[in-house]
Amino acid sequence: MEFIEQLINGLNLGSIYALMALGYTMVYGIAKMLNFAHGDVIMVGAYTLSVAVSTLKFPPALAIITSMIVCSVLGITIEKIAYKPLRKASPLTVLITAIGVSYFLQSLALLIFGSNQRKVESVINIAPVKLGGIELTGESIVTIGVTVVIMILMTLFIKKTKTGKAMLAVSEDKGAAQLMGVNVNKTISITFAIGSALAAVAGVLFTSSYGFVGPYTGSLPGIKAFVAAVLGGIGSIPGAMLGGILLGIIESLSKAYISTQLSDAIVFGVLIVVLLVKPTGLLGKKRMEKV
Amino acid sequence: MKKKVTKNILSACIVLAVYLVIFALVQLGVLSRHYQSLLVPIGINIILAVSLNLTVGFLGELTLGHAGFMSVGAYAGCLFSIYCDLPVAIEFPLSLIIGGLTAAIFGIIIGIPALRLKGDYLAIVTLAFGEIIRAVITNLDFLGGAGGLKGIDKYSSTTSAFTTVFIVLVITVLVIKNLVNSRHGRAICSIRDNVIAAESVGINVVFYKLLAFVTAAFFAGAAGVLYGHNLGILKPGTFDFNKSIEILVIVVLGGMGSITGSIISAIVITLLPEVLRGLDDYRLLIYSVVLIAMMLLNNNPKFNEFKEKIKPKKKGGKTVKDDAAQSADGEVE
Repeated sequence: MEFIEQLINGLNLGSIYALMALGYTMVYGIAKMLNFAHGDVIMVGAYTLSVAVSTLKFPPALAIITSMIVCSVLGITIEKIAYKPLRKASPLTVLITAIGVSYFLQSLALLIFGSNQRKVESVINIAPVKLGGIELTGESIVTIGVTVVIMILMTLFIKKTKTGKAMLAVSEDKGAAQLMGVNVNKTISITFAIGSALAAVAGVLFTSSYGFVGPYTGSLPGIKAFVAAVLGGIGSIPGAMLGGILLGIIESLSKAYISTQLSDAIVFGVLIVVLLVKPTGLLGKKRMEKV
Repeated sequence: MKKKVTKNILSACIVLAVYLVIFALVQLGVLSRHYQSLLVPIGINIILAVSLNLTVGFLGELTLGHAGFMSVGAYAGCLFSIYCDLPVAIEFPLSLIIGGLTAAIFGIIIGIPALRLKGDYLAIVTLAFGEIIRAVITNLDFLGGAGGLKGIDKYSSTTSAFTTVFIVLVITVLVIKNLVNSRHGRAICSIRDNVIAAESVGINVVFYKLLAFVTAAFFAGAAGVLYGHNLGILKPGTFDFNKSIEILVIVVLGGMGSITGSIISAIVITLLPEVLRGLDDYRLLIYSVVLIAMMLLNNNPKFNEFKEKIKPKKKGGKTVKDDAAQSADGEVE
């Protein structure tokens, strides 16, 4: 029985990782960069939610939408200011900038909200459900449900809509896409906006499950979500889902049965093993290197 | 040839002069106790920055696990000096070498698999490695766990501490500078500039990547031993991701691929929070802005034009300074 409870915990955590991993994967696919600041966008989303609910007394739905909008705008701004001028620069330069942005958001949050963790009231008010002796909290149900819905919507969006196809085209070949009349800059902005909005949702779900937010709330989950994206195969949407859920389950099982302190080490160990055995991830495609 | 010898003698004299000036300042009591206590951290940061510059600046691969190597070296070296009863003159150099070698061995263990990856993946794997090391150290009782490893012999006096760090610092800079200016160093730089081209002229990419990686790990480990002996206690929390980032900030600010730059910026970054006490809250914010601004400026065509204009024209033979300046620009493709 305890095993199943841990499994559900893992699914809950894994769904959040999957949402974050989706943001990483989309941005990586299009901009070919590891957006180190993605985890901190989650933190910003969580803070926005907390301010909107407890200080501004917004109703939950409005608060969530506000948080999504704030994060989207933030994502586009970051892209415009920090990443756009570096599109032709070496990956090293872009990565260092991304780390800088991540640090910037963290230290800004530290200055504004202080280092203490802020309590966030859960915006999900659903009574726990009992299923044959296992208690499912409202938060878990909503988290897992929302993630599945978003994953389906995103897959449809990318496969069916014009914007989605433009994203695919840009990620395949920027130059060719531009020749076909795709507005590359706009597409990249949209990708950042969507990725950041998903980060806001992840932030909302994360704080609902754990009940607090601090300046560093996003950094470790962010890195783990990247691990999830790599595990599933970077650039692949089903891969992000699979990787996220697998990672969540691995983490919660190792917390329960091996050691709480070593669980992070185990998660990172998984990353190292994956990269050694199958560097493209479980569902990733192999890319040939061109001279 | 003769010119080279004169230059080397000159450099040696400058190094000696710097040492003597600081030594005199300490002895005469011109430097306050507070600033005296900063001498060792400055030296340690220089060693860390110069060694990280070898991988980030010259090899062109971002590693975020430098603090991890530092902690491995620190624990190995300090454990040795705790459990060993030799005269200090033998024990301390031995513990430095043991710390460095242990870090280097970890560098090989991590490097062989990790260096098959590049760019973002390598950065994440080294970050993951740093975190794993920290988690493992926290869980090992004989290393003191989260409470820290206590009872490390401290330096007998400020001057002896400073002298020790200074000697290690000079050795580090000498080794890395000579490595970079050698045939091997040119091979390392060629990997940064174009891996495929380097491979096609017969450079063993894996070997040279590993060489740079392991050398950097060795000196990070040695710096860790110096750090442990300075404080007398080692806590796993010190060697977190933030420490790695701090070293990266030093390297980036000083200019990737410039050893002189790393030295200067290590001094500036270490002194900055002490000089501007009121700015302590803003320290991390300043670091992050420095990172972003340096990257954006270096890739701004107008700024690069401006830099070309103010740069003195080159004369005849190549000097080391030109080399460094060139490599600093080298990151712009």
